[in-house]
Amino acid sequence: MAHCVPLAARPRRLRSATTEPRVVKGVLIALCLAVLSVLLFAPLIAVFDEALRRGWAFALASLGEPDAQAAIRLTLSVAALVVPLNAAFGIAAAWAITKFDWRGKAWVITLIDLPFSISPVVAGLLFVLMFGANSAFGAWLVASGFPIVFAVPGIVLATLFITFPFIARELIPVMLEQGRAEEEAALTLGASGSRVFLTVTLPNIRWALLYGVLLCNARAMGEFGAVAVVSGKIRGQTTTMPLMIEMFYNEYLSVAAFTMASVLALLAFVTLVLKSALEWRHADQLAATHRH
Amino acid sequence: MNIEIEEICKDFGTTAALQPVSLSIPAGSLVALLGPSGSGKTTLLRILGGLEFPSAGRVLFDGADATGLTVQERRAGFVFQSYALFRHMSVFDNIAYGLRARPRKTRPAAAEIARRVTRLLDLIKLPDIGGRYPSQLSGGQRQRVALARALAIEPRMLLLDEPFGALDAKVRKELRQGLRDIHDTTGLTTIFVTHDQDEAMELADLIVVMSMGRIEQIGRPAEIRARPASDFVRQFLDL
Ligand SMILES: Nc1ncnc2c1ncn2[C@@H]1O[C@H](COP(=O)(O)OP(=O)(O)OP(=O)(O)O)[C@@H](O)[C@H]1O
Ligand SMILES: [Mg+2]
Repeated sequence: MAHCVPLAARPRRLRSATTEPRVVKGVLIALCLAVLSVLLFAPLIAVFDEALRRGWAFALASLGEPDAQAAIRLTLSVAALVVPLNAAFGIAAAWAITKFDWRGKAWVITLIDLPFSISPVVAGLLFVLMFGANSAFGAWLVASGFPIVFAVPGIVLATLFITFPFIARELIPVMLEQGRAEEEAALTLGASGSRVFLTVTLPNIRWALLYGVLLCNARAMGEFGAVAVVSGKIRGQTTTMPLMIEMFYNEYLSVAAFTMASVLALLAFVTLVLKSALEWRHADQLAATHRH
Repeated sequence: MNIEIEEICKDFGTTAALQPVSLSIPAGSLVALLGPSGSGKTTLLRILGGLEFPSAGRVLFDGADATGLTVQERRAGFVFQSYALFRHMSVFDNIAYGLRARPRKTRPAAAEIARRVTRLLDLIKLPDIGGRYPSQLSGGQRQRVALARALAIEPRMLLLDEPFGALDAKVRKELRQGLRDIHDTTGLTTIFVTHDQDEAMELADLIVVMSMGRIEQIGRPAEIRARPASDFVRQFLDL
């Protein structure tokens, strides 16, 4: 998508080596837009349309239901917990990988990608196996009044697992490219390790970190598969927004389902708008530090 | 400050970057580490600055063992090959960084920091660039800002890794004289890395010729020219 726009916005008399003939350009752009509208815009409109089929009042009323409210609250609080934790983990992992040499590093890089390659359902099942009532540890947890599976901690764990790579993956290439020289310079100037991190490392990675956080947040709110397995789907307690949508839908409450879906889509949309706005406002700074 | 290097070795895994190296540097001298690529010049400089620790051997500053001192405790003004200016800070903030990083007790007040930064900008003959960012400077200007930043901490010695490496011949000549002047006004013991023999001959009081992790010869430019200690030195210096 990002590649379609600049091509069109750059009229040039002299063709550069990589510029295609006009016809090819036109066809490619048309194709791009067609695919986008069929696959993205149309379904999105359909979701909003379906939600508003019986009018605003009805749609909003469905959001006022205690179960719906509980689902929204749960999703927002899980995201509010998971995103900062994964930001911390992601920074730590990227720091360890890019700023030091140690054995087993390549192995850890592979491990970070694991959540990308494992199906979320399988990930969910892993947590059930480890912490479920059928395992010794899980039984002890239940007995001591702190169950993980079929409870909020399980949802948080599953979401943490699924969204782990987002921030680390965003940071590692940027930190690799920047190298260690600035940090070393700061050390020779007398700064302590933590001061170097706060005044040199963090400002240099802030854009990558922001992207990672936004992506992580979007996925944390939207995750279905892994959360569905560990949640137990107790209404009002362990049902997140995506799960709630499915339940409403299966109960033929289509306005409620699509209204909740619209809210989720809007949350994601706000995230994207925020990202674009920041990109636009700091365009020159971004170009100066790294190309994204 | 005089620097004593006693039997320093450095291994990176299986490669020996420095064989036992010994060297004595008198206070206030301007020393060139000269040698081909991979001869261990950067490694030796980083060991002096505390960015790398030797596998064996000792470093003495003014007679006191400094081998275990951390990089912060060394107070070495280090100028990196690529300058390593903080890209998100203005030139002013770059130069002020070391002063602001001091513990509260020894940290100068903001006005005093500003005064010192201004003085350093005058010293490097770039009085008006405090508000610019590193990406808005030429290579030669960056190099001088890096030097000012290193000088700001009132270092005990000045260590420069190929300070003129990335610059064109004309700018190199100018900056050479600049470094000589700054060395003469501050009186700091200064060690710079180069693989340019003219630079070493023209600038240094003492030249240390290195090859494959060993010191081939130590001497004044005239001595080395008159009596190269080995075939390597003769060849490397085109004598
Ligand atoms: N971090 C490191 N890990 C492994 N080997 C290293 C490391 N740093 C340096 N070496 C090795 O140590 C040797 C000396 O390197 P050094 O950087 O000191 O050379 P140099 O004289 O500065 O060369 P140049 O003029 O190219 O900068 C080289 O063989 C290099 O490959
Ligand atoms: Mg080097």
